[in-house]
This record gives sequence, structure tokens and C-alpha cells, in this order.
Amino acid sequence: MDLTLPILILAIPITMFLILGLFGMKMSHKLAGILGILGMGTTMVLAYTVAFDYFFSGNSLFISGSERLQHTVFDVTWLQFSPRLVVNFGFLLDPICAMMLVVITTISFFVHLYSWGYMEGEKGFQRFYAFLSLFSFSMLGLVVATNIFQMYIFWELVGVSSYLLIGFYYKTPSAVSASKKAFIVTRFADLGMLIGILVLSFYMPTFNFIELTAPGQPQAVLASTGGATFLGGSVLTWALVLIFTGGMGKSAMLPLHIWLPDAMEGPTPVSALIHAATMVVAGVYLVARMFPLYLMEYQALDFITFIGAITALYAAVVACTQVDIKRVLAFSTISQIAFMMVSLGVARPEIHEGLGYMASMFHLFTHAMFKALLFLGAGALIHAVHSNDYTAMGGLRKYMPITHWTFLIGCLAIAGIYPFSGFFSKDEMLSAMYGYSTFWGVWMTFVAGLTAFYMFRLYYLIFWWDENPHYKHHRPHDAPWQMSLPLIILAAVSCVAGFIPFGELITWNGEPYHIHIEWVKVAIPSLCTAVVAILLATVMYRKKNSLPDKAAAIWPGLWRAAHHRFYWDEIYMFITHKIIFNVICSSIAWFDRHIIDGTMDAFAKVTQKTSYTIRGMQSGSIQTYVWWYLMGAVALAAITCWAIL
Amino acid sequence: MNLTMLMYLIPSLIMFACGVYGFITRKNLIAILISLELMLNSVDLNFVIFNRFLFPGQLEGMFFTLFAIGIAAAETALAIAIVINIYRSIKKIDVSEITKMKF
Repeated sequence: MDLTLPILILAIPITMFLILGLFGMKMSHKLAGILGILGMGTTMVLAYTVAFDYFFSGNSLFISGSERLQHTVFDVTWLQFSPRLVVNFGFLLDPICAMMLVVITTISFFVHLYSWGYMEGEKGFQRFYAFLSLFSFSMLGLVVATNIFQMYIFWELVGVSSYLLIGFYYKTPSAVSASKKAFIVTRFADLGMLIGILVLSFYMPTFNFIELTAPGQPQAVLASTGGATFLGGSVLTWALVLIFTGGMGKSAMLPLHIWLPDAMEGPTPVSALIHAATMVVAGVYLVARMFPLYLMEYQALDFITFIGAITALYAAVVACTQVDIKRVLAFSTISQIAFMMVSLGVARPEIHEGLGYMASMFHLFTHAMFKALLFLGAGALIHAVHSNDYTAMGGLRKYMPITHWTFLIGCLAIAGIYPFSGFFSKDEMLSAMYGYSTFWGVWMTFVAGLTAFYMFRLYYLIFWWDENPHYKHHRPHDAPWQMSLPLIILAAVSCVAGFIPFGELITWNGEPYHIHIEWVKVAIPSLCTAVVAILLATVMYRKKNSLPDKAAAIWPGLWRAAHHRFYWDEIYMFITHKIIFNVICSSIAWFDRHIIDGTMDAFAKVTQKTSYTIRGMQSGSIQTYVWWYLMGAVALAAITCWAIL
Repeated sequence: MNLTMLMYLIPSLIMFACGVYGFITRKNLIAILISLELMLNSVDLNFVIFNRFLFPGQLEGMFFTLFAIGIAAAETALAIAIVINIYRSIKKIDVSEITKMKF
């Protein structure tokens, strides 16, 4: 395959980052914006070309018979630490990579365009575009990685760009602390991932994904460790669980989810791009990338299923009680990513030919589109009313028709209503879950119902409820075209994306899978659940009434706990401040200050005291020296005489 | 009465001891200088004595003494010049007060 396009896909965003980062301050806002949008637009076209080539050209490099192949476009030595430890840099093209190229460039392009309106006149406009380009580069590098170490490096790079963009308003203390929190939490998780990579690469002397996932390799690993176990898990299980820890951090799974709601301090387009559509699904992508390895031992997959299911329910419950609309969306994101995780966790070759994998990737795609749409819609709302809380909104449907309709489509899509895209992907996921176990199937159907409920709660509270009296002074209106156009296009995509024959394109083993909707067993019950949840939300929130308060009063404890996000932040504060800082760190600090520093100080003090005492000897008076010299000579002479005699 | 080497050496030793004593105790620069000359002269005397009694056929000791006297004269002149300069600048020749260049 021609090298130009893949190289350009990576080169354009990084070049844009360098140009805007180095010379941005000399440019006008308009020029910087146009440069960024053009750069990303070009990348998008190139990525579409590559993906189209991959899926539809019928090239024998990409498809053999009906099986889609993994193709390494290029793979060059990048860092050679030792003859054995070599890190390559390359471009791996396979179904999920091609799909991610499309998702990332599309969302990134629309966010670039949207930001032109949203960030208009902001100080640091050029810096914003530079960081967006850096992020796009890092994310593209992550998905095309040929080996796990390259992925790890880009994984850290997306973390950095996320940190930079969350802390974009660096004068706001909350944004600064949110960016620090995101950085520290994800870095903490990445430590686990690094250990996992090291364990894995110790037993399999390669980082390359294709070699790692080749048939026969993992069995060799298990054989080489002689069936050694640690706390009941084999080496492979531990390595995979540790690698998944990195994914838990990035994808905000319990208990490492605490950074994502705070990350909403960043500008809304950033939330749409990084914290909804692309970066946070990196964990899902990581598991999908190494899926054949995960299939070797089901313990790691069971762990993923468990974590995902708990997270999905937790985030959905919390989302029902939040006031800040971006936080509702953030928790909804956590919940939806957990959905994908569960779907990956329950994917087994013997259950519907590994449907869960396909469904997870399908949902990743549709979710990226409608969640970006919802976030951009939220951005338009915030742009109009200058507040993040739904209490400052209400009755906005008459003032902002475009935002209203597109947001409604987003809500219908995420709630899983036929024929919007979310219905199809969610249906496949639930079908995979029911195939695995009825318990998880029912559990996740309930979560899907909650999803519909909290999304429509948000929708009604923003667009219906009671008109805010504040509008008389300041009439909200729809956003400018740069912001409305992405909304309309993404809404259109969310309407039709479900009809993409996803199973023909992406499956765990490359063989096509023919999607068929199980109406009776899965689709109808989940649709009914969603409709009931929407009706409930309609009754409770369509017009201003006291029902929500009454509902909250049924279980006040539960409501308060959910409102405080089940006190996870407080727990972390308690652990870090009360236990780690106060007990462990302060005792270590005492030891350092009094024992280690004390020893060194004692040396210095003794030396100093001695020198003060004897410094009078060096008086500079020759006569005194002569006196001492004479005495010494006499003494020496006396000793000599005494010795001789 | 026959003079022995020891009878020469003892006055020389006394001279040297006087010089050391003066050098250590005097505060006046001129007096220190005089004490220094005293020590030097006693050493010169020793050269002559050892030459005369131990190597009677040779003259190296005598000549070395003559050189030393010559050089001592030059050195004394230099020292006197320094003392005069010090006196000119601080109007003192007390060694305990000349501390300007200390440290």
C-alpha cells in the first residue's frame, strides 16, 4: 500500500500543532482557526480514503476470501534500547483501526469547526487549536500503533493533551485542580498498564500486536511459566488485568472514574472530543486490540465484565441526580463506556460468533457520534445561557430550535429508540449479554432504561419544565453556523448510522457476521424499558411540578448519596489526606527531617564548632607561629634526647 | 689558655637564643629586625667556627659567611625600606597594630 496517505494522516496534525504552537501568537484568531480546520479537514479526507480503501477496495492485502486481514503499512525501528528491546514505530491497518480513524478525524474536524464559534474571542484561541491538533495526532498515533509500547507512548501523549486542554482556563483554580486530578489519576492507572506490558513482554519477547495475538503464542507463554500462579491468577491473567488497569484509568471505570466528571471544567468542545468520543474509549480500544490474548483466559474478561457492569449501574444512578448538565453527560459517558466494556467482557467465540466484540465496537462508533452531538449541544446551551446548571435553563425549545431538535435526536439515540443509531448498537450488545448470562442481560437492560430516564430528565429540564424568568433580560438564541452545522450533521449521522452493516466490516476474527435483530428476546423488552423510562421522565419533568421532590423523598439517603456521587471523591480525599498524607507521609517526613537530615546536620555542626574553636590559632602573627615552632622544636629535641639517652 | 671549639660555640648559641627571644617578644619592627640580624650573625659565626676547627685546610665556610654577610646587608636594606614605608603610611611600627592586610 502507498505510504503517503498513512504518513500524512499522522504528519498533518503534528505539523499543525508545531505551526500553531510556535507561530500562533503572531497569527490572527481567524487565520489560526482556518489553518486548524483546514488541517483537520484534510486529515479527515485522507483518513476516509484510507478506511474506504481498506474496507471496500478488495485489495488482497486487506482481505483474503471473506476474512479481513491485519496489514502493517510500515514498521520502522524507533528506539533501540538493547539488541533485544526494540520499540518500533509503525502503522497497523485493521478493521478497528480504520473505524477509529474515521471516528477520530470526523469528531475532531467537527470540534475544530465548532470551536471556531464557541471559542471566538477567547484569549489563547491559537493555543487551543494547537492543543487540539496535538491531541488529534496523539490519538491517531494511538490507534495505528503496531506495538504495545508505541501505543503506551501515544497513550501518555493523549493524557498530556487532555491535561493541557482541561486546564485550558489556567486562571480558574477549579480547572487547574481538575487537570491535575485527571493527570494524576490516569497516570496512576498507567503505572499498572506499564507493569502489565513489562510482564507480558518479559514472557513474550515482542511488543508487536500481530505477533502477540498470533495463534499459539499465548499457550507458549503459559507453558513457559510452568503454570505458575499468583493469588490464583496465571501470569497471563495478571498481565492482562494490569494492562486493563490502564484502560480503567483512561476509560473512567470504577474506582478510577473520579477524574472524568471534574474534567468537564475544560471548554465544552474539548469535553466532546476527548472526554466523550475519543480518548475515553481508548481503554475499550486497548482491550479490543489485545482481544485474542484476553480470549485465552476468561478470568481477565470476567473481571472486565464485573467492573464494567458495576460502573454502568453506578454512573447511570448518579447521572439521574446531577445538576450540572455537563456532569450528567459525563456520567452518561462513563456508563456507556462501561456498556462497551461489559460487551467486550462477555464476548466469546462460541456465543453468537463473538458478537460482543462487534457490538462493542459498533457502540463505540455510534456513541462517539451521538455523545459528541450531545456535548456540542450542551456547549451551545452553555454558550447561550452562560451557565452549566439546568436550573438556569428550562423552556429553551422555543428559543433554540436547532439545538432542541438535534439534542432530542441525541437523546433518542442514546436511549436506544428505533431507528436511531443507539438502538442498533445497544441491541447487539444486550443480545451478546443475554447470550452470556441472563443476569447480566437483565442488569444491563435496567441500566439502559436508566440511561433513557436520565437523558430525558435532562432533556425536559433544559427544554421544557418552566421558563426561566431571566430570559426576559437576555434572550437566548441558537448558536452561529460554525456551531450549528456540526450539530445538524452529527444528528443526521446519529439517525442513519445504525443501518451501517457493521458486522460485515468489524468482527473479532475478521470473518463477517450478519447482524440480525432479535426482536422478541432482546429488542422489544429493551425498547419497552426505554419507552417506559421516557414516559416516566415525561410525567416527572415535562412541566414544573413537585413529583421529582416527592420521588427524591422516597429514599432520601439514596438520593443524597447519588447526588454526592456516592462519596467517591470524599473517600479518595480521606484516603489520600487522612491516611496517606497524615499517617504515612508525615512519618516518612519526620524520619527524613530528623534522622537523615539530622545526621547530616550533626556532621556540619560538629565541623563548624571545631573550626570556630581552633580558628584563633591562625592569627596571622608571625611571632606566635615562631613561638609555637620553637616550642615544637624544643619538645622534639627533648624527646629525641630522652630516646637516645 | 687554649681555646676549644665549644668556647666559641657557646657564645654563638647565646647570641642565637637572644635573637629568638627578641624576635618573639619585641613589638617594635626595628627591634625584630635587629633580633633577626643577631640570629643570622650567630649562624655565620657557626660557619666560621666549624670551618676553622673541623676543616682547617679549606675556606668554603669563610667565603660562605662573607656571601651571607653581603646578602644580609641587602636584605636589611630591603627590610628597613619596608619598615619606613609602613611608618609613612600608618605612622606606626608596632607589629601588633599592622593588621591591615590580614584576611
